[in-house]
Amino acid sequence: MSLKDRVADILGKDLVALNEFRGDLCIEVPKGRIVQVLAKLKEEGGFDFLSDLFGVDNLDLYAKAAKKKKKSQEESEDTGETKGKESVQPRFEVIYLLLSLSTNERLQVMVRVPEDDLELPTVTGLWKAANWPEREVFDMFGIRFKGHPNLRRLLMWDEFQDHPLRKDYPLEGKGEERHLNYDIA
Amino acid sequence: MAKQLETICITTGPVEVGDYVTLNIGPIHPAMHGTLRVITKTDGETIVSAKPEIGYLHRGVEKLGENLTYSQFLPITDRLNYCSAICNNVAYEMAVEKLLGLQVPPKAQLIRMIMMELARIADHQVCVGILGVDLGALTPFFYLIIQREEIYEIFEWHHGARLTNSMGAIGGVEADLPERFHEKWPKLRDTIRKANDETDKLLTHNRIWMDRTIGVNAFCADDALNWGFTGPMLRACGVKRDLRKEEPYLMYDEVNFEIPTGKHGDVFDRYMVRMLEMEESVKIIDQAYALYKELPEDAPLMKKVPKIIKPPEGQIYHAIESPNGELGFFIKSDGSDKPYRIKIRPPCYMVYQAFEDLVKGEMISDLIACLSSLNVIAGELDR
Repeated sequence: MSLKDRVADILGKDLVALNEFRGDLCIEVPKGRIVQVLAKLKEEGGFDFLSDLFGVDNLDLYAKAAKKKKKSQEESEDTGETKGKESVQPRFEVIYLLLSLSTNERLQVMVRVPEDDLELPTVTGLWKAANWPEREVFDMFGIRFKGHPNLRRLLMWDEFQDHPLRKDYPLEGKGEERHLNYDIA
Repeated sequence: MAKQLETICITTGPVEVGDYVTLNIGPIHPAMHGTLRVITKTDGETIVSAKPEIGYLHRGVEKLGENLTYSQFLPITDRLNYCSAICNNVAYEMAVEKLLGLQVPPKAQLIRMIMMELARIADHQVCVGILGVDLGALTPFFYLIIQREEIYEIFEWHHGARLTNSMGAIGGVEADLPERFHEKWPKLRDTIRKANDETDKLLTHNRIWMDRTIGVNAFCADDALNWGFTGPMLRACGVKRDLRKEEPYLMYDEVNFEIPTGKHGDVFDRYMVRMLEMEESVKIIDQAYALYKELPEDAPLMKKVPKIIKPPEGQIYHAIESPNGELGFFIKSDGSDKPYRIKIRPPCYMVYQAFEDLVKGEMISDLIACLSSLNVIAGELDR
């Protein structure tokens, strides 16, 4: 049985979408079920190693797609048959890279996180390895992990306000400086 | 004064009241490797808690990657693990090649293998040498560092740089092995072996060395896997896992080599694993060089790649075995000439987050030994 079928078999209706590119399998699962899905994959699927965990901001990707769509609509001068049917896609993705130590298969598990509900349950209970990566995702994208033992900024300093890996954060920064305020009395 | 302390310790969380002494080590401290900082709480000499703080060398490499083209990002990968920059270069090149669906010509693969194994030896030499220096053994460091200079000389002949190599390009390597390599390698192989042998004689059965390393920071395999350890750290715990064997890339499946493993995951086992790995790397270079010799002299070095690289839409993850463990690149492409998202999976990131578990209950002086044996490189830790 191929990896695709096996994963589909284990997850059942928790599997939202499945995508294969250059031999890398990426599955999408519902946001609310992420811990259960990962636990299932760990116990039944043999994916017992968490390789990495990180976020992706899809803001620019959607903007580009919308622009393309608008352009094609303008070009074809449609009489407006598919208007108003634009569903808002969740802005962020969090990707979990799993690895099976016995079969050396890799699997990307993806959840979509909408901008108005930036919260995910933590998976530090399954793998301790998720500790810093979850902090980094919080630091860089502002996604909070519920139940994380120590959810503080990891790479940026604590007083930093923004989330730098978001696509609307400028490359050159916003001129923040770190001020250490020492009271010299 | 109290206010000042509060400001400094703002990142440590609530301070427990007790007879503990809070000791801040780093980020600028001669015993810390790079800009690392650990905030420890000690009971006498014993460590009660040790909280690593990172981010002092954070340059936003991933954000930079999103704003540069695929080829422009290559020199930035040098600045990740600067002890073995070639491994980073090749890991990135291979990730982009996977995204493009390219197969690199065999000669380029062999040159990459030879250079990567040389970089692995150099990396391990630094790690073992510095571990010795931190524990008070200065001589092995010089034996090893002299050989590293010789290796750097080969890098310089090949692509002109010693530390920040930027070797190769997407699609292959830019130059053949340098002329002088052919005479240099047989001599260098012997001197590397001799230096390793001398280091081994000075350290391995040395009473002081054994006392300082055996049983220090022992770690069990289950914990190591749970914390996401890879590379020599994991192998020292007794797990026989090496991406060169498990997911062979380049031509690693055509060469014979062993995977040295330890048993207890202590500092001594990590040292031994690294020492034995250097010997295996020498063997790999010999075999790769023999394979290289079989190829015709005018065999191609580069695959034809368009000047502006525009991979199709999609996302891939590719990992190689760098000297520290699994070094992976995740690249998401939106079809333009710049990557949409680059995520680097640095090997020592996962190792360093378990630092508190590693050193809890040990002595302050063993903390330094532990840190050196982890081979944490701030460049790839903070990105």
